[in-house]
Amino acid sequence: MTDWLNGTDLWTLAVILGLAAMTVVTRCFFFFSNQEWHLPHWAQRGLQYAPIAALSAVVIPEVVMQQGELISTLQDARLYAAAVGAAVYFWHRDVLQTIVLGMAVYLPLHVGWGW
Amino acid sequence: MFFLPSLYRHPEFAKGARELAPQALGIAAWGLVTGVAMVKSGMSVFECVVMTLLVFAGSSQLAAIPLIIAGAPAWVILATGFCVNLRFVVFSLHLRPYLIHLPLWRRLGHGYMTADVSYVLFIKRFAQPGTSPQDRLAQEAYLAGNDGLNWFSWVTCSLLGITLANGIPPAWGLGFAGILCLLGILCSLASTRMRVLSGLVAGAAGVTAYALPLKLNIVVAIAAAVILCLTVERVRGVK
Repeated sequence: MTDWLNGTDLWTLAVILGLAAMTVVTRCFFFFSNQEWHLPHWAQRGLQYAPIAALSAVVIPEVVMQQGELISTLQDARLYAAAVGAAVYFWHRDVLQTIVLGMAVYLPLHVGWGW
Repeated sequence: MFFLPSLYRHPEFAKGARELAPQALGIAAWGLVTGVAMVKSGMSVFECVVMTLLVFAGSSQLAAIPLIIAGAPAWVILATGFCVNLRFVVFSLHLRPYLIHLPLWRRLGHGYMTADVSYVLFIKRFAQPGTSPQDRLAQEAYLAGNDGLNWFSWVTCSLLGITLANGIPPAWGLGFAGILCLLGILCSLASTRMRVLSGLVAGAAGVTAYALPLKLNIVVAIAAAVILCLTVERVRGVK
């Protein structure tokens, strides 16, 4: 690795530092000020539903979309891997098994059959 | 923040790490793929390592890489990073009452370290913020153990991905392990019918609004699901 600095430029490093600052600003958005204030009741109720909504909005498009379009084929390894993964979760309540068995369905279909 | 003795000596620290461990494989695969993607994009190894160690946010890294390579204006790249991370703003609102008693640097340290998986596991374990100093310390220790292991598996596997970049063909699609990890956690949250409704609405909205720039579909989906569930609560008179 003699060329590990090759192609490094200050502009890119500055942008990377800026992105790190964005991570801090978003993850700590409501931590900067410790002034006392109370969340309205409706917002407290709403937070009940935010975590599952956030994950679902990230996960579902990754399973049923391809290049920005809803997939129109059933020959897609992700569908079967996700179905097996979810079924395994509800059966055993274990995320590790979801990952391992889901990938055990995904890899042969995807790499082997090209689905 | 795993390096504070008062936290890592607490029994909840080990519990937090143990509860993260099953998902570590998915996080590791995702980190590996992100490491490979950074190198393949043409960034220098040094830039990839700095990005891994400092940015610590897979989705914003993956969104920013093509823009950096294309030489987009810096403010566009930073705005993209902010928007892709907007869900964390909601998370920080939720976590505020759990952490706000701490000194500023500790609040920021915990906030920086807490990504999707740790946030979800934390609020699943602690439905209410602690009221006594002991409860608060236990919650902080759990969070530190949980996000410490998350950070460790993400960073080591990203660095591994940077090293192995040319040996792992992207066509294998190993990143799907990260999606399966999130899917498992998603299923674990589906504990009430209203939450299932929230997940279904957000999934549909996330797909429908996918064309929006800057991953704003995620923010739209959270808003749509939360508003709909609150409306249903009101109509049906659920407390």
